[in-house]
Amino acid sequence: MAGTGKVHMRGTEALVSVEDLVMEFPAGRRAVVHAVSGISFDILEGETLGLVGESGCGKSTTGRAMMQLPSPTAGSVRFDGVEMTELSKEDLRRTRTRMQMIFQDPISSLNPRRKVKDIVAEGLSIWHNDAGDTAVQKVNEVLDAVGLDPEVVSDRRPHQFSGGQCQRICIARALVLDPKVIICDEPVSALDVSVQAQILNLLEEMKERYGLTLVFIAHDLAVVKNVSDRVVVMYLGKVCEVAGPDTLYAHPAHPYTDVLLASIPEPDPDHPVSDRQITGELPSPINPPSGCRFRTRCEKVQDLCSEEEPELREIAPDHFVACHFPNEVPVSVNGN
Amino acid sequence: MAAERPLLEVENLRTYFDTPRGILKAVDGVSFTLDKGETIGIVGESGSGKSVLVRSIMNILTSNAIIPDGSEVFFDGKDTRNLSRSEAKHFWGTQMAMIFQDPMTSLNPVKKVGIQITESIRYHLGASKQEAMERALELMVQVGIPEPRKRLKEYPHQLSGGMRQRVTIAIALACNPKLLIADEPTTALDVTVQKQILDLLASLQEELGMAMILITHDLGVVAGRARRIGVMYAGKMVETADTTTLFHHMNHPYTEALFKSIPRVEHQSHTRLDAISGRPPDMVLDLVGCRFAPRCRYAQEQCITDEPDLFDTGQTGHRQACFYPVGSPENAEALAANQATGITAAGLDLTAAAVS
Repeated sequence: MAGTGKVHMRGTEALVSVEDLVMEFPAGRRAVVHAVSGISFDILEGETLGLVGESGCGKSTTGRAMMQLPSPTAGSVRFDGVEMTELSKEDLRRTRTRMQMIFQDPISSLNPRRKVKDIVAEGLSIWHNDAGDTAVQKVNEVLDAVGLDPEVVSDRRPHQFSGGQCQRICIARALVLDPKVIICDEPVSALDVSVQAQILNLLEEMKERYGLTLVFIAHDLAVVKNVSDRVVVMYLGKVCEVAGPDTLYAHPAHPYTDVLLASIPEPDPDHPVSDRQITGELPSPINPPSGCRFRTRCEKVQDLCSEEEPELREIAPDHFVACHFPNEVPVSVNGN
Repeated sequence: MAAERPLLEVENLRTYFDTPRGILKAVDGVSFTLDKGETIGIVGESGSGKSVLVRSIMNILTSNAIIPDGSEVFFDGKDTRNLSRSEAKHFWGTQMAMIFQDPMTSLNPVKKVGIQITESIRYHLGASKQEAMERALELMVQVGIPEPRKRLKEYPHQLSGGMRQRVTIAIALACNPKLLIADEPTTALDVTVQKQILDLLASLQEELGMAMILITHDLGVVAGRARRIGVMYAGKMVETADTTTLFHHMNHPYTEALFKSIPRVEHQSHTRLDAISGRPPDMVLDLVGCRFAPRCRYAQEQCITDEPDLFDTGQTGHRQACFYPVGSPENAEALAANQATGITAAGLDLTAAAVS
């Protein structure tokens, strides 16, 4: 679970590249929470990158660090040729208009006292003159795009909407400034399966229509697989495996990916419930295990795992894993 | 065994709420039975009335709830609604227990875990402090909490989400209930932890021989866990069957739609999901016809005017409430007719549904 390697980076054509990102928080009494410990990945323009892992693996922290919310402890985040970590406050503000975020709980991320049209228009009123018809037109356009009727919803307030509709409003708010990148932090985890499907479809449509690049953060591999072009599996602040979603499902190389796949509840009674279960608890990020961080819960653990941190390496074309003893993967396979 | 009365009999249960907007019919005529040691899964979207259903069974409704005459809930041969206060006090916990969706809000944040587990043991079983603590320790081991002795002295905020849910399970099991109601026990948890908790519930149930009602919005969760499944929509049961029959012969369009909206890991990435368009009806209104008709691809004239009842499909224990059940020739005709016009009888635009 090293993830210090960078063999999976694709060079200069990437729209966003994150290198050696480290995020640490003081935890009192000189203790430090190692939330993210040196991860690297890049995102091509128009691509959807899925970040998947359990609670506490640092996936949300990574998403927020990309937005400089707050700035990472160390490492670099390059967005469209600009080093985000070195920007002045004012430049950062300007850059952030092109990088937006959607959060997990749609209801609490909307101001309950404001009308939908004002919530969605806020970005416009900050950045442009909000007078005139163009702003109203733009708000109506994005509301319409996310499947809400502007005439009906504009004057309503968030409490009059269901969770799924609130998430649509959040998506509209993110779209209004024509961003290049949207970071979606568990956008469907709080929703019912039926509504989840609507929102996932909507994100795909919006990506197509507005030419977006997405970062999709979730804990459910089935959801991530559905929307992503490339998946990064994270565990305790490190990268375990990077691959295309279909390759990852067909040939998971990392033991942790195996467990994540086995945990997905299959809607099929003939499909036996897998015996594979992750044992134990997530170790404390204040004092993470030496070597491979997954070793305390891994079935395949050997002495080497505690001594040496595995680096990301390519085991098949565009399939990278950070494990000393990965599963066999057919090298000739072309999963995507 | 066959002659024995089921543990739980729910007969035409209706639960209404008196709200400022009018009478809200949260549960509107639900019947089912549950045998000793059996698991039933109840599946439906938010607002379908599944939580109100189990709260009615447990008789823990808010004061504005109205249960009209004719609704009956028999537990172990006794009508739970006619229990006196003193009987009810020892009924919760020892006969039926419940675990809720959010373990953080169902635990008291300012009391140590040990106190919260021993509370009901001392109250219901009259155990001494010492005995209760020993029993609590046993329970902590049973629900798989590492370092149980240390954890007993900790507060809920010191535990992870999965551990907290294990604690609520320990509390629910403290007095050996005959029926455990799990209301979305894993919705707030990660998939990996969800699996751990579901596995734990299954093994505990086998060990203790409890009956269980497992409520969820995800058909995937109940597929491997429940023996029978009831699908609820807008306060009604629309399809019930044993699990294998339900998955192999889905009859109700709502069951089918719920099933299709699940992202499947076997499918190629970027596979478009069949989302259910629209949302459930406002239950304050007087609903005429099939409640799912406005969102249904197969809706015909009859669906708007007549309300289908649950009827037997011919397979044992399989009942459903649709005039045009999925897989029947009538259903195929209905879909063909709707596709030809591009719009269902209830006004759902099929062409738009395919795009949005």
